[in-house]
Amino acid sequence: MSGEKLIKTLWPVLPIALALLVITLLLLVVGASPAETYGAMIDGAFGSSDKVFSTLAFWVPLLFCSIGLLVTFTTGLWNIGVEGQMIMGAIGASWVALKVAHPNPELSPWIVIPLELIAGAVFGALWAALAGVLKTRGGVHEIFGGVALNNLAIIATNFLISGPWQPPEGGSFRGTVPFSKNALLPLFMNTRFSPLSLGLALLALIAVVIALRGTAWGLRLRALGKSLRSAFILGVPSERGMIEAMMVGGMMAGLAGAVRTLSWFDSLRQSISGGIGFLAILIVLLAGSRPLLTLIIAFVFSVLLNGGTIVQLRTQLHSSLSGIIQGALVLFVLLFGDPWRLFKRRQPEPPPEPGPPEVLEEGAA
Amino acid sequence: MTSSTIVLLLASIVAQSAPLMLAITGETITERAGVINLSLDGTMMFSAMAGFVVALRVQQIGGFEANLVPVLAGYSAAALSGALIALIVAWGSIRLRQDQVAIGFVLTLLMADLANFLGQNFTRIPGPSVKHIGIPVLKDIPFLGPVLFNHDLIIYLTYVIVFVAWWWLYRTQPGLRMRGVGERPASAFARGVNIGGTRYLYTLIGGALVGMAGATYSLDVKLGWSDNHILGVGWIALAIVIFGGWHPLRGAFGAILYGATKTLATALQQSFPEVPTVLFNTLQWLLMLGVLLLVGGDTLKRLVELAPKPLRRPLAQALRFAPPEGLGQTFFEE
Amino acid sequence: MRVELKHIHKRFGDVHANNDISIVFEPGHIYGLLGENGAGKSTLMKILSGYQPPSSGQIWVDGRTVSFHSPSDALRIGIGMLYQEPKDFPPMRTVENHLLAYDERLMLHISDASNDLLDAGERYGFENDPMVYLDTLTLGQRQQVEMLRQLALGAEMLILDEPTTGISAEQKDVLFATMRRLAHAEGKTIVLVSHKLEEVQELCDAVAVLRKGQLVGQRARPFSTDDLVEMMFGQSIPRTERPHFEDTPPVLLVESATIHTYSLTIEDINLQLCEGEVLGLAGLEGSGQKLLLQACAGLLPVRSGRIELDGWQVKGLRSPLAAGRWAAPLVLLGMTAWYLVRFLTGTIRGLQLAGGILSALLIAGTLQLVFMILNAWTSRDAYHEFRTRGGAYVPAGRLEEALVPGLTLTEHTALVDPELNIMVDWDGAKETISQRIVRFGIIGRPETKVEALSGGNQQRAMLALLKSPLRILLLEHPTRGLDVTSANWMWELFSERRQEGTAIMFISADLDELLERSDRIAVFSGGKLLGIVNARQTSVEELGYLIGGKVDER
Repeated sequence: MSGEKLIKTLWPVLPIALALLVITLLLLVVGASPAETYGAMIDGAFGSSDKVFSTLAFWVPLLFCSIGLLVTFTTGLWNIGVEGQMIMGAIGASWVALKVAHPNPELSPWIVIPLELIAGAVFGALWAALAGVLKTRGGVHEIFGGVALNNLAIIATNFLISGPWQPPEGGSFRGTVPFSKNALLPLFMNTRFSPLSLGLALLALIAVVIALRGTAWGLRLRALGKSLRSAFILGVPSERGMIEAMMVGGMMAGLAGAVRTLSWFDSLRQSISGGIGFLAILIVLLAGSRPLLTLIIAFVFSVLLNGGTIVQLRTQLHSSLSGIIQGALVLFVLLFGDPWRLFKRRQPEPPPEPGPPEVLEEGAA
Repeated sequence: MTSSTIVLLLASIVAQSAPLMLAITGETITERAGVINLSLDGTMMFSAMAGFVVALRVQQIGGFEANLVPVLAGYSAAALSGALIALIVAWGSIRLRQDQVAIGFVLTLLMADLANFLGQNFTRIPGPSVKHIGIPVLKDIPFLGPVLFNHDLIIYLTYVIVFVAWWWLYRTQPGLRMRGVGERPASAFARGVNIGGTRYLYTLIGGALVGMAGATYSLDVKLGWSDNHILGVGWIALAIVIFGGWHPLRGAFGAILYGATKTLATALQQSFPEVPTVLFNTLQWLLMLGVLLLVGGDTLKRLVELAPKPLRRPLAQALRFAPPEGLGQTFFEE
Repeated sequence: MRVELKHIHKRFGDVHANNDISIVFEPGHIYGLLGENGAGKSTLMKILSGYQPPSSGQIWVDGRTVSFHSPSDALRIGIGMLYQEPKDFPPMRTVENHLLAYDERLMLHISDASNDLLDAGERYGFENDPMVYLDTLTLGQRQQVEMLRQLALGAEMLILDEPTTGISAEQKDVLFATMRRLAHAEGKTIVLVSHKLEEVQELCDAVAVLRKGQLVGQRARPFSTDDLVEMMFGQSIPRTERPHFEDTPPVLLVESATIHTYSLTIEDINLQLCEGEVLGLAGLEGSGQKLLLQACAGLLPVRSGRIELDGWQVKGLRSPLAAGRWAAPLVLLGMTAWYLVRFLTGTIRGLQLAGGILSALLIAGTLQLVFMILNAWTSRDAYHEFRTRGGAYVPAGRLEEALVPGLTLTEHTALVDPELNIMVDWDGAKETISQRIVRFGIIGRPETKVEALSGGNQQRAMLALLKSPLRILLLEHPTRGLDVTSANWMWELFSERRQEGTAIMFISADLDELLERSDRIAVFSGGKLLGIVNARQTSVEELGYLIGGKVDER
């Protein structure tokens, strides 16, 4: 590996170290002990076999959402709506669980579960497609569409939990009726981790990587992401491509929501997405949309997320600490991760275009 | 509805719209110079927390009876936070040539988390608030008086700031240059305008205003601090900047529109308590989508065409909703 | 003001764009800087006007060396440059544009500035309206505004970069008259950068010729055309033979078409294009040619009238599911009626009616959303239909519109392959593009990313990606920015297409190209199609006047 490439690969260690340094300072400022905090975090993630499986259980939905975001980022879209799509996926799976499985407890889980997963995927895909159509037909940027739809999904969940799907004893408002046994994903022994879901996630990752790199569809999406107008002129159906990309993104997020509601929880809960969608955005940003890195970083973030809950219990620090660590990591890498830009090394300028500059006016001759 | 209720409602709208208006004005300034500060939501929350906490601590430590000094301290802290966060976006974009949207998005999450983290010991505590000053003679004018001249200090300041922003942008040379930087950085550069410096300056100013907007929540309109105190407001502000066509006065109008909707919704809720709160919550997000659809689609262009011929040009000008051409793009000096 | 360039060098990496150039500019003269595209003229003038620093060498003004950090420095000393795309602010008014960075005062004195503009306009013979928005003006008018601005700021030397591209013959006459007045009467220095021999011969007192970055020679009036040509090209240019065109079946039909956009509307266009025919679209920038071209490609909708390609009407979005838009309203109406009936017959109470209507709204709303999504997903663009039927559209902006920066040549080949299977055949694509690289003479490899290619090679790549055979080929400024050899080679290629029966319609600002390559020329002016003339039977002057709006009564 050449010297330049070596620097480029190893360099990101520095901003990461810098971020951790800043976090440590932050802890000191609020009067917490960094050693105790970090210790609690590691313990929370790996302390017992139970906790290890919890970490794995967080990894799966993070992975699903990230996989979907790989597709949307490739297409040049900012799918902020991933949170809402995850929630809708959970709603979809819950719908099947409550309307199909609950009244028919003798129905085999091998029928119920695929139905739930499909429902979750479809709900998520449609919610994402909605944001897509708002963009292509309505001129609403997908960031705003995403934010609005996220909030509407949350409202929908709260409505369902406190209304039509409330548990018979009423009152709790934290979740719906617990689902019947045949609706839930098979868990590993006494943990809340479903190996099946991890298997599906890994399959999805492989499928998406193959699709993006090797299929015509993936090539079209890549073209759209790099230059929408040029791709269109070259014959790529842009509206269709963007909507399809959004649908895949939403499908993955929907699966994440379904998995979470059917394994980690046993019902539809109020904060079913738990910020996992946004976290996935951070993951893909940090990984620079590289699939293998995404896999690894998703795991690291899962460690932070899981560990964070224990930190809160032990140290009285706010649960947002894990979010702060994750955010700081991404921010510092985004800002300082490219040594060339940081130290203003001037690239030799490209030769000027010979002849008059292009005069481009849309619609005017 | 009695006239006194109407007066109360209108006064409430004027006051409630103020913090949003400040944020919108700040972001309009930043985006006019060509920088997108997507961290708005997080920045507002962080500066709301910072403003409140600093004001509270100053009051406790200093033993102040009156609110003035603590509130001033709070506002300074909030403005400073807003400016510093905006500085990160500006630096990342101008110096490091990174994607403004990515940096802004990460910051919005990070700052919200930081706000919750640092503010957790200060939730649901009463604290100082902005002084209420009814302007002596003016506030007794029938109808207009209580609506416009019987508010807290910061409300007046907000409207003054909006006016000053408009005046600066459209009536002064530095403001003209700034607009030039946002529209065509290459042309402004050719005329000797310092692109980077201009963008830094107005991003900082805009950020400071956003910070002040956050403080206006925790120190005036929505007193105190709690977890996720004003979550979502920043996104609404960003949408209204677009709705306002990147113009301070139209953005202010958007803020009032939003404030009116909110006030009406609250009033209706009180009159019809059986209707689930869900509906009113949904309304603000549907409204956001609605205004963006209005501005993003062809509706306005068709409106212009329907108008009688002599009115068309001025109407098209008034309804210009195009973003500054140089928005979000890094400028490469040759 | 005497300006001297002394031993100017400019390097961009390996490219030596300006190689030891020394020229003296005396006041009161008009100089021509002549050379082919890519000879280094623009680079040199950008250095002189302060936009770029030289790699080495000096600029002397009135006996003193000067150095510039920005074009405004240069303007302060008195050197101004007018670019082909004016460096102004289109969304602003003329007076605002004028005032930007004009002085250091705080307030904008709009009325004073307006009066100044009107006075200056009278003095130099330009009409202008201070209150008008720049983006409503034509390119020529914007040039005038910019010129006025620089003169008002004290420019003693004006450099004009290819100023006659996209303006009419009349405007050109006005411009040249102004240049003469500014130089001979007011003692200013004018430098005209151009690749057009005739214009330089008409206007300039002296000429400097650049070729491949070097100063080949300087001449004073009177000029010898052969001498100049030899300096510019180092050889004489062979003129290619125009292929003969005979009666063939029609390919494209435009009938009373009206095309409307926010900035321009063109009405009642009628024309017909036959197999193998070449139609040139002439006119000033902004007169409607691009609208017509894009409408024929299906990129813009036709307001009224029709455009047909081989009998197929080029229409807007095709939505196979269009009928589905009735589903949601029908459901809404049906359910509402059902609940109403039950309410009226006393089966249900008021609250249930409300609940029923609400659920009807919800279901109808969901249906509508699903329909919208499916509709958007399955709609087929007119443009893509156009491509399927043998049409091709090649835009002017190479990296902005025609090629995808970041993708390699192989990837582009795979992208446009009509027989796309699910999995991309990378080897096959590489094979194909390798052949085409040879055939089209592209300097690049299959794995080269398109942004790394030079402009001329990008143009060749764009053509290499076109299907064969085509029914119609729509080209937007196909030879813009290319040197003569490349341009000739491209027209060879187009000639081959003609033999295959492809109809060609192209936009060009180069009157010579239009006259030489077209069978017929459609002239646009001010949003109207003035007429279609036979290219073999018209001349440059006549074409120029037509473009200017004068319809010759013959």
